[in-house]
Amino acid sequence: MNQQDTVRDLVIVGSGPAGYTAAIYAARAGLAPLIVAGSVTAGGALMNTTEVENFPGFPDGIQGPELMENLRKQAERFGAEVLWDDAVSLQLDGPVKTVEVSGGETFQARAVIISTGSAYRELGLDDEKRLSGRGVSWCATCDGFFFRDQEIIVVGGGDSAVEEATFLTRFGKRVTMVHRRDQLRASKIMADRAANDPKIEFAWNSEVVAIHGDEKVTGVTLRDTVTGEEREHPATGVFVAIGHVPRTELLVGQLDLDESGYVSVVGRSTHTDLTGVFACGDVVDHTYRQAITAAGSGCSAALDAQHYLASLGDAVDPIPPTEAPALTLEA
Amino acid sequence: MLDVTDATFDAEVLGSEIPVVVDFWAPWCGPCRMVAPVLEELSKTYDGRVKIVKVNADENPRLTGDYGVVSIPTLNIYAGGELVQSTIGARPKAAIAEQIEGVLATA
Repeated sequence: MNQQDTVRDLVIVGSGPAGYTAAIYAARAGLAPLIVAGSVTAGGALMNTTEVENFPGFPDGIQGPELMENLRKQAERFGAEVLWDDAVSLQLDGPVKTVEVSGGETFQARAVIISTGSAYRELGLDDEKRLSGRGVSWCATCDGFFFRDQEIIVVGGGDSAVEEATFLTRFGKRVTMVHRRDQLRASKIMADRAANDPKIEFAWNSEVVAIHGDEKVTGVTLRDTVTGEEREHPATGVFVAIGHVPRTELLVGQLDLDESGYVSVVGRSTHTDLTGVFACGDVVDHTYRQAITAAGSGCSAALDAQHYLASLGDAVDPIPPTEAPALTLEA
Repeated sequence: MLDVTDATFDAEVLGSEIPVVVDFWAPWCGPCRMVAPVLEELSKTYDGRVKIVKVNADENPRLTGDYGVVSIPTLNIYAGGELVQSTIGARPKAAIAEQIEGVLATA
């Protein structure tokens, strides 16, 4: 294991809108943060979207990946360092925290900001894993193309589900939105968009209870959430958009998480129950979960971290003298 | 990374002397963009032992059809002309490396 000798001020784990915004603020404050961006998850959830229409400041919309690229560049401009690797373990208690990445390197910092975001929620059905990549998908922009002129269902009733369904109408013969309730949970503009789309149909009060197919998906069994009646529905593409779960696997046992598994923060701040550890973005937020709210909380986290680091002043020597690297005098 | 097509796949992949990792991707796919630089690095790490190539799923319908690719990125590993492993999604670099090591150990 490579041990980095220096103790940094700040390491940020996660690189969505929250992580990059925290990095922009921290870098401008002269903290030279290291962002552990992830090897393939860098940029976060917006990397899987197309047009982002509601991020303020972009009157004509912007592509999700382009927005993330811009945030990264903005952070780097002020001295943030981006590492394209995955954090594999975190040691968060005590005055000096350690972040280990998959390459084996470890990084030490006085403060850590957790912005690991969320992952797709799965249906939890027996055949879901087996048939993922064989018709079950979580990414319409990636996989919609393969379902040209086919029967597609989208499971879910929120904004993301409508976005997926609308996108999939470019390819599918028919797109059926399967939702547990009798109306969409999506915002009005999105719900209207779905309702007015001639290619989108709705299976109200329905949930998927089974996915069928040997090599590829051939159909699903839907259960009526009111009557309990089951019926078969043909589909070769099953797109799941039923929300997210916070990515806290590295935090369990260290940080206080709420009953749904999100990181608990103190009041309206980003302070976790551990001193010097801050959390922001979707890993905290199960209410709003927007790019702009994540960015806002990333800003708060950077300011909280900055304030914390300032309060330490020079009073705390982060490396105990016995562990300090020996000085080498060169002639 | 070498671009392989419907026309060159048999020679470049099935006829290869060393194992080949094939990345089915497309320009519109966000996770594909994220996994590409990781594969680029791995192709340097395993240079001479494993070949890593890419197939544009949009432009090569025969291959995507033959191998039943309906989700990208799909990483297929071929050894001795046979498909030996297939995984989907952008997975961390360490996980892909582990998979390659597994194939090398049995090749």
